Amino acid sequence: MSVRAEVAAGGPGLRTARRRASAALFRRGWLRATLLLSAPGAWFVLIYLAALAILFVSAFWRVDSFTGNIVHAWNLDNFKTIVDTPTYRTIAFRTIGIAAAVTITDALLAIPFAYFAARLAPKKLQTLLFVIVLVPLWTSYLVRVYAWRLILAQDGIVNWALGQVGLGSVSIAYSNWAMWIVFSYLWLPFMILPIWVAFERVPASFLEASADLGARGWTTFRRVLLPMVLPGVVAGSIFTFSLTLGDFITPTLVGGAGSDFIGNVVYSSVGIANNVPFAAAFATVPLLVMGIYLLVARRLGAFEAL
Amino acid sequence: MGGTARLSRVALGVWAALIVLFLLFPILLIVLYAFNPSNVQSWPLHGLSTKWFSSTFHNQQMRDALWLSVRAALISTTIAVLLGSMAAFAVHRFRFFGREAVSFLLVLPLALPGIITGMALNSFFVFGSVNFSLTTIVIGHATFCIVTVYNNALARLRRTQSSLVEASMDLGGDGWQTFRYVTLPVIATALVAGGLLAFALSFDEVIVTTFTAGAQNTLPLWIFGNIRLGQNLPQVNVVVLFVIVLTIVPVWFAQRLTRDTGVLRPGAGGAARVAVAAEGGAQA
Repeated sequence: MSVRAEVAAGGPGLRTARRRASAALFRRGWLRATLLLSAPGAWFVLIYLAALAILFVSAFWRVDSFTGNIVHAWNLDNFKTIVDTPTYRTIAFRTIGIAAAVTITDALLAIPFAYFAARLAPKKLQTLLFVIVLVPLWTSYLVRVYAWRLILAQDGIVNWALGQVGLGSVSIAYSNWAMWIVFSYLWLPFMILPIWVAFERVPASFLEASADLGARGWTTFRRVLLPMVLPGVVAGSIFTFSLTLGDFITPTLVGGAGSDFIGNVVYSSVGIANNVPFAAAFATVPLLVMGIYLLVARRLGAFEAL
Repeated sequence: MGGTARLSRVALGVWAALIVLFLLFPILLIVLYAFNPSNVQSWPLHGLSTKWFSSTFHNQQMRDALWLSVRAALISTTIAVLLGSMAAFAVHRFRFFGREAVSFLLVLPLALPGIITGMALNSFFVFGSVNFSLTTIVIGHATFCIVTVYNNALARLRRTQSSLVEASMDLGGDGWQTFRYVTLPVIATALVAGGLLAFALSFDEVIVTTFTAGAQNTLPLWIFGNIRLGQNLPQVNVVVLFVIVLTIVPVWFAQRLTRDTGVLRPGAGGAARVAVAAEGGAQA
């Protein structure tokens, strides 16, 4: 062993000690795993899981309307308020309804595109299309919403274009229609990518077999391809659905006065009304809906497909 | 027969072209708006100019928000690289009880709607009487950034032959030397890529941040506030251009650094997220 390596290793005494320590650690895998996991584990358990637990528990507390303090008395008042108040029911249904509409729209837009990209486009074009799908995904979310706010505005480019061809103008700015368009735009890449992968995975021999058995293009698409890419569609829908359910920025920026989402109520309950228990209770609605949705998705085989 | 097949090919090609237009158009348009000389944001623009650039960069509120965002992103990224790589090493090298639970837990902050994570951390800080500060923002960001580093490091480790490590040990390297001269060089680019993605994610985040920032303004919160109130829009346009550049550049580099494991390929990041979210749904 060279002198330099010796010195670099910290002298013979230290080196022996270090050797012994690393040998001990190498033999006891569990010890190393424990040491390595202690920091990230502590972060997630002591901060994140603790926070989620507090959120869940506080949904069953209430705020004293007189003092504004949180009363640690177990009750279901918050949930009752949500179920009994027509406004909150409307908001919950609007959120879920638009999330469903966005999911269906994205699936309809994405399936033909993904089919073309995965099975018809030449290799070079595939790479280009892939980058094009990723660009919006990695452009700031806020920037994309803002762009649509300008596009759909009364004096925006949509109405300008309609005016140029003599079709007058539309007022879709600040409405549920605007939210539907913007959400569909925002989450489209999340729908395209899993469907693209699913189309790629269909073996060419399946299509040949279908053609040999006399099926025409459309029949093959409907009876062979579509069932095989359905899990990809379901996987994509998890994103489009979940991301829409939990949003409140897009409703604030492109929705109208009466376009509140669950997220908006949660946000104002925390920020303005200072009613954390009620916000927590309302936040469990998207959580519950997503839980059920994931169970169904699992049934449909969305996860084996990926 | 042949005729209809060609027709459907052409139709699909046209459809794909329309989708490409739909995906790119808003981004190209918003870039143009940064050069809008007017302070009214209507179409068509009356010429192009860079007249708002200077006043934007001298806007003290914007500079404070930018500086806060940069600090938050740098600290969150550092924490994410340290904790994410530690978790990846542990999960890669050892089989232990609850190994699947680790992956699930790390991806949870991204899989759950942002509002849940934000609300949870908010009530955590409120009940713990923690004042909102840079620290609370960093805690929120680091929590969802860890998984990007973890995924990248783990993907690289799985592709690295374990014989490399064994050879180093056989040649007399101790644990530290093996780590320093063999493992670290192998995963370095994966860590850098994960770190760049974490930076981009943190720099852009707005939903969780609204719940953990209190009265402070990060750059996205500054943009959000101004758009909502219709204030300083010419300056917002310039900042938006700046943000596009600052988030796309790190992602571009991350993509180049991880061509082998392809973090950004379809099925890699997204699919892992879905799969893990699925396990959680089944357990819930």
